[in-house]
Amino acid sequence: MDILQLLISGIANGCIYGLLALGFVLIYKATEAVNFAQGDMLMLGAFLGITVINSNYMDMPFLAGLIAAAVVMGIFGYLLDRLVLRGIFGQPQFAMVILTIALGFLLRFFAGVTWGYDPISLESPFAGRILELGGLTIPMVDAVIIVATVLLTTSLYFFFARTRLGVAMQACSQNQMAAYYMGIPVKRVNAIVWALSGVVAAIAGVLFAAKGAIEPSTGLIFGIKAFAAAVIGGLGSLPGALAGGLLVGVVEPFASRYLPSGFGPIAPYALMLMVLVLRPGGLFAQIKQKKV
Amino acid sequence: MRVIFKNSYDNDINLFEDRVHLLKYAVLLLAALVMPWVISAFYVGELTSVLIWSLAGLGLMLIAGHTGQVSLGHAAFMAIGAFSHLALMLRGWPFVPALIASGVITGLAGALIARPLGRMSGIYLAIATLALSIIIEDVAIVATPITGGIAGLFAPPIEFFGLMIDRYGTPRAFYYLCLTVLIIVTLGYANLLRSPTGRSFLAVRDSEVSARALGVNVPRAKTVSFALSCAITGLAGALYAHQAQAVNYESFLVLISITLLLQVVVGGLGSMHGAFFGAFVVVLLPQTISMARSFINTNTPFNLGAYPGMDTAVFALIILLMIIYEPRGIYGIWIRLRTWLELFPLYRKGMFRRTRTYLKTERMR
Repeated sequence: MDILQLLISGIANGCIYGLLALGFVLIYKATEAVNFAQGDMLMLGAFLGITVINSNYMDMPFLAGLIAAAVVMGIFGYLLDRLVLRGIFGQPQFAMVILTIALGFLLRFFAGVTWGYDPISLESPFAGRILELGGLTIPMVDAVIIVATVLLTTSLYFFFARTRLGVAMQACSQNQMAAYYMGIPVKRVNAIVWALSGVVAAIAGVLFAAKGAIEPSTGLIFGIKAFAAAVIGGLGSLPGALAGGLLVGVVEPFASRYLPSGFGPIAPYALMLMVLVLRPGGLFAQIKQKKV
Repeated sequence: MRVIFKNSYDNDINLFEDRVHLLKYAVLLLAALVMPWVISAFYVGELTSVLIWSLAGLGLMLIAGHTGQVSLGHAAFMAIGAFSHLALMLRGWPFVPALIASGVITGLAGALIARPLGRMSGIYLAIATLALSIIIEDVAIVATPITGGIAGLFAPPIEFFGLMIDRYGTPRAFYYLCLTVLIIVTLGYANLLRSPTGRSFLAVRDSEVSARALGVNVPRAKTVSFALSCAITGLAGALYAHQAQAVNYESFLVLISITLLLQVVVGGLGSMHGAFFGAFVVVLLPQTISMARSFINTNTPFNLGAYPGMDTAVFALIILLMIIYEPRGIYGIWIRLRTWLELFPLYRKGMFRRTRTYLKTERMR
């Protein structure tokens, strides 16, 4: 029973990592850029959620606040691509890595100046409520997170597999120039992807803020962990990102419980290194050897 | 305008193109030697920091700029260098053997890690090294016998042929010590780049497929490059330990790894000069900002409150603008400026225009 309880809280954490990893994968799938500021976008989304939902700010209902935060972050993502990232369109992947790292620093500074450096948590309608399920006690927040993640992932999966826009995004990432030749408006597709990933980051952020407190530097370490998750799944695979997130989320509580103290925090990274050493492209690898 | 007339193949790979080139660096060396007698002790300390971060930047430049393998975890190797150096010195080793040993140990550690890491590419490598940097933070706490656990280690004073060198007691001597190490490493680096080994690094950077086709042993080149890069960074870590006087698990946080990479990028990826330019920016920027702030607060009606993290934000903004407008970093600006001066009335605007590029997928490599 103890193990099952750990498992469930691990899965709920893992879902947040998975959602964040999903944000990475979205952008990677469509633009082959890796967004090192994704964790900070989550942080920003969470702070926006707090601003609209908490009673000492705007005091909106939870769902409306979630949507508002998601919309604002979507617009933010779109504008970010249009105004900043367009400047290095077509440059190698590495340039984008550096650019988003710098962006993350700026977002953290902005959040620190705006909301202060003390941890704040979100007032959600399901704070402190508990579901009893066959002897298991599941916090309501965890259940909501798990359901939301499953919904979001499925819809994104179908979006990429079935819709014209989704397929266009995949085409852009596989060969930017060929996508141009096929008449895909590559730049606009990129901007839409960034907007989408902003939305996902906002949702993940609000859910995370409902579970625990948030502060400007949350995004950094959280982002790196979600990164580990995305890489374990093999960047570029939506189910892989979720699987990786769950794996990281589940490994964490078990490692800190059963391993000698001091080894717990490094377990996710050790796991990732192990996966990368054994399968350099992640579990759901997408890298293929180039034939000349 | 100078014209260099080449009449031997050696001219292409000479360290110095001609006498004028040599003379410039001689003047630079002279300036570096005279500098500590001109400026105050505080700025000698800052300048020493610049030297140490230049050394660390050189280490990262070798792997990231010249072999094309981006490492986001070089603070880990600074940590290995610093802890191994201090651990040896505290066990009674003299300074020079301990410094060399710390370089060798870090290099071996790098070589050990390079094999599995070498199979990864691009972003996967960056993340794996980032994870390495995080893991080292915790290992530094767990490996108490070597690293002193949470308390860390204190750097003993350096005894050098009967001369006591200490960061605060004799800042000039410490400056010259760092300068010596840096010059030796720089000369070694410059010579490496014109040797077959260094050329193979460049080949791997530009295209692994064509490097392999030309007979370069790609895994070996990557391993050697990683080991050398880590060894240089390890030396920087050892010197940093003396500069900071004490190191513990918090001295080499993952943020240092990231800053180191940003330093190399802002300086100019793929040029040795870049490591030095970047170090100047990283070390002197916080000073400059605080001076600018107090200037604005006293001389203008505006009052900038003391925002924490202001220097990081300004640094990030510089990086942002640099990546968009001048991806070759400060070195790129310098090259443009130099060309403008050399060609004076004949410089044309489009000489360094970037060609339009399209993203190449890294899923095929």
